[in-house]
Amino acid sequence: MTTKEYESYYVPAQSHWPIVGAVALFMIAFGAASYVTDIKNEVSGYGGYLLLAGIALVIYMVVGWFSNVINESMTGKYSHQMDNSFRQGMSWFIFSEVMFFAAFFGALFYARTFSVPWLGGAGNNAETAAVLWPEFTASWPLLKTPDGTETTGMGWYGLPLLNTILLLTSSITAHFAHIALEKNKRSQLKVWLGLTIILGLTFMFFQVQEYAHGYSEEMQLYLTSGIYGNTFYMLTGFHGMHVTLGCIMLIVMFFRILKGHFTPENHFAFQAASWYWHFVDVVWVLLFVFVYIL
Amino acid sequence: MTTDTVNESLDDAHNDDHHDHKMTGIKRWLYTTNHKDIGTLYLWFSFIMLLTGGALAMVIRAELFQPGLQIVEPDFFNQLTTTHGLIMVFGAIMPAFTGFANWMLPMMIGAPDMALPRMNNWSFWILPFAFAILIGSFFMESGAPNFGWTFYAPLSTTYSNGSTAFFVFAVHIMGISSIMGAINIVVTIMNLRAPGMTYMKMPLFVWTFFITAYLLIAVMPVLAGVVTMLLTDTYFGTSFFDAAGGGDPVMFQHIFWFFGHPEVYIMILPAFGIVSTIIPAFARKKLFGYSSMVYATASIALLSFIVWAHHMFTTGMPLFGELFFMYCTMLIAVPTGVKVFNWVATMWRGSMTFEMPMMFSIAFVILFTIGGFSGLMLALTPVDFQYHDTYFVVAHFHYVLVTGSLFSIYAGAYYWLPKWTGHMYSERLANWHFWCSLISVNLLFFPMHFLGLAGMPRRIPDYALQFADFNKWVSIGGFAFGLSQLIFLAVVIKCIKGGEKAPAKPWDGAEGLEWTVASPAPYHTFSTPPALEEDKA
Repeated sequence: MTTKEYESYYVPAQSHWPIVGAVALFMIAFGAASYVTDIKNEVSGYGGYLLLAGIALVIYMVVGWFSNVINESMTGKYSHQMDNSFRQGMSWFIFSEVMFFAAFFGALFYARTFSVPWLGGAGNNAETAAVLWPEFTASWPLLKTPDGTETTGMGWYGLPLLNTILLLTSSITAHFAHIALEKNKRSQLKVWLGLTIILGLTFMFFQVQEYAHGYSEEMQLYLTSGIYGNTFYMLTGFHGMHVTLGCIMLIVMFFRILKGHFTPENHFAFQAASWYWHFVDVVWVLLFVFVYIL
Repeated sequence: MTTDTVNESLDDAHNDDHHDHKMTGIKRWLYTTNHKDIGTLYLWFSFIMLLTGGALAMVIRAELFQPGLQIVEPDFFNQLTTTHGLIMVFGAIMPAFTGFANWMLPMMIGAPDMALPRMNNWSFWILPFAFAILIGSFFMESGAPNFGWTFYAPLSTTYSNGSTAFFVFAVHIMGISSIMGAINIVVTIMNLRAPGMTYMKMPLFVWTFFITAYLLIAVMPVLAGVVTMLLTDTYFGTSFFDAAGGGDPVMFQHIFWFFGHPEVYIMILPAFGIVSTIIPAFARKKLFGYSSMVYATASIALLSFIVWAHHMFTTGMPLFGELFFMYCTMLIAVPTGVKVFNWVATMWRGSMTFEMPMMFSIAFVILFTIGGFSGLMLALTPVDFQYHDTYFVVAHFHYVLVTGSLFSIYAGAYYWLPKWTGHMYSERLANWHFWCSLISVNLLFFPMHFLGLAGMPRRIPDYALQFADFNKWVSIGGFAFGLSQLIFLAVVIKCIKGGEKAPAKPWDGAEGLEWTVASPAPYHTFSTPPALEEDKA
């Protein structure tokens, strides 16, 4: 067995980006913590500025780091094995994101199956209900909390349904873009990817509309409106943040494609962005079913 | 497994991507992408955290030396127990294992480095900043977190001393670090094994870290989720853990322990891997039941996801839930029993010698089993009503974490110190470390069982008079154990500075690719994959 059979695995030389990233995360964590603490204590502080500076530094780090990686990739330093490392790394990252959403879905299911019915006296909790909040009746969506906060439920028809269609369509167009890339049809690729981005941005626009509607006098559905409002905004909010990130990824891919990056054989970054996009799509379908419809 | 390298020249000439001239001074450590450098950073960081967390424990034991309030205020006492727990779990044990993973995994599987070397550096350097925030909160107006390392709501929400936000964001960035570290381990093992090293030929060490990394990827995001809910409950008016808004404080415990129980296996599975490497080496026999060890580790990992509520038997769960979680928990004793049996069977009729790695491993097997048995007692729902929140629980998890995880870390450190430093450690000094630790740790934790059974609650700065005698002995054991760890520091420093030159393979019975390279291991190993000799057994 000779060693020549194997491609060499690229191990980068020293890099200053990780330490920049660590400092940036420190600024974000410390800044955000100071910021919310100061708001709660009603004093003014520098936390917000530190947080913003940290975010700016993270953006600088990501741009710099990824430019390095793109350069290395374009100059042919990466082997097939390296490509596999990136692919597996991305898949497990997406799996960790799934588990993050699982925590919030878990909270939603727990509230719907256990805590709200129990507060209404279900199971062996009749005494608890009678002593604590005798007026309270359990229902879902929880439109009146035990302490009397009232709100209205967000229906599934209208904007949410439209958004579901938009996002599902965008997953299909993203897939077509991928097929076009693999067949090396660059103009089709640009059209399908452009369409995906437009659909994604439209989704985000409608999502903002929906939030504005929720926060209106008419609906009074706030983040603070008891467990229904909590789970509604936290789940759709984190999903929205992920859609935003996914959109940014796709836009970056679009510009890289305009510059002539990616080949039918070598397009990990595009693949990763597309996987991520499918992932936010699947999360949305679960949201649509469990937050809006049921 | 018998392994050998075909490629003798380790700094392979035709690989020009490698920069063998390493930077000097601080920049080397800040910018490094080398798995050995990063492993060293992790190991030193974890040892510093061990001493820091240990110092807090010393204050706790000083306060508990006799009944009454002597040294610290009750609130500060709560801050001490909380930070002690957080530092030891997230700062000492977990990074120490990641340090082992970084140093050893690429060498054991014949990889040039970790799969994603820059991300590896980022994973490490987040940690000192995260702990700067956590420990720094001692010097803030709010004080450090005082709600216990389990940060139950509403202690950490409604009744928090104002440190919740700093705690939450520190945990967030620690979590990012852990997830990236775990992804790196998984990808390295899946993708960078030397040709011919199939999954069932991997050293058991590699298997345990592989499975542990999966656990981390699965549960660290859940921890991120639960601290996020904690944050919004405390600062943004949500009521996830507040019944007045339709939530439930018990829901916090469910989500937390869904993370928390796999987390305790994250801290013990790598220990199994280390001990399973060392015992065969010093018994000069192959590991008994390799494949059953793999399956047992995987079973423990899978079961860890369905036992979380055994931490919550006294919360008033429905009876069916209590029984379900009790039986599932007891089921874990089966694969764990398989492991203990296999370790003992490996030693059976082996030609054993008792160098320091072996001494710590044997101590591990015996003392971890004690911790396992007390865990089995705690798993029984009816008796747990008695043991819950007493010193019995404290005794249990210190037996598995200190004489379990920490002892395995010492065993591993002694085993690979010659490979890391190129020198043999001082066996005499190491013997002092071992015997002082062994005696004092049992004096420290064994009487806690009796205290707990007699009803002494955990997390209190003062106690009833009848607990005074045992507490005095426990405190003396605590101080002795704390001081004994300084001997280890001396051993390591002495070993780095000099000592008998270590051969490539200092231990007779040791097997694995790491022993085919020189001691100390060259800066870059296996730039091209080594060839494995076929397994003859």
